[in-house]
Amino acid sequence: MSEFLQMGGYAWYVWGSYGVTFACLALEILLLVKRETKN
Amino acid sequence: MNFYFFASPATFFRLAGATAPLLFVAALLSGLAGLYLGLFVAPTDAQQGEVYRVIFIHVPAAWMSMFIYVVMAFWAGLGFAFNTRLSGMMAAALAPTGALFTFIALWTGALWGRPTWGTYWVWGDARLMSELILLFLYFGFMALHASIEDPRRADRAAALLALVGVVNIPIIYYSVKWWNTLHQGASVSLSAAPKMAATMLSGMLVMALAFWMYSVAAAMLRVRGIIRERGS
Repeated sequence: MSEFLQMGGYAWYVWGSYGVTFACLALEILLLVKRETKN
Repeated sequence: MNFYFFASPATFFRLAGATAPLLFVAALLSGLAGLYLGLFVAPTDAQQGEVYRVIFIHVPAAWMSMFIYVVMAFWAGLGFAFNTRLSGMMAAALAPTGALFTFIALWTGALWGRPTWGTYWVWGDARLMSELILLFLYFGFMALHASIEDPRRADRAAALLALVGVVNIPIIYYSVKWWNTLHQGASVSLSAAPKMAATMLSGMLVMALAFWMYSVAAAMLRVRGIIRERGS
């Protein structure tokens, strides 16, 4: 498991990519749902 | 019911509301499948090691950044030519999601560039600059649209910008052929045999499918907001 998380020493580059991507998508959904339920 | 039935914003509002949740669920499921393929099934790259796994986000996001722009410009042009109300709304609904995928392509590209090229960013590199210009085109479209109060006039003005900006799409795509760039060539070609392992390719394609469904779902949800706020 920790070997998987280390990504062969490239953890920041790999998880930085995946993390920011899914944080962005989650934020967009959150904003859209908020707009949808506003009225 | 004829073809033009859903061209009415009021009926499309309901269609978008019905399809968006389904598409989000489908995007989530295929996204999980793509992550499984990309992170657990696909083998370690012989040259790059594990860092190449950025590809499963980077390439699908870059595809979407260009594809959404073309679809946005298509709707914008349709609205410009035929003055159909829904077309401009669709274009406006696609822009933020397109900008988001452009940012993701640039961000993941930078993180991938550091360990493989030794730098996060190179000013003047053809592929990097043309993708950055794509981000500015999305921002320009959204800013221009937001700056004009009458939504129909905003649609028309922003449509012109979207149409002129389409010229950037082939420039991005062919930049790796036309100029010297650090960026590698196309990952997937319809005319050549795959250059990567089958599991790598399938992981990338499944992620692309997930991003595609996500984008349609997001645009559907956003167009509902636009229809509601324009009161039509």
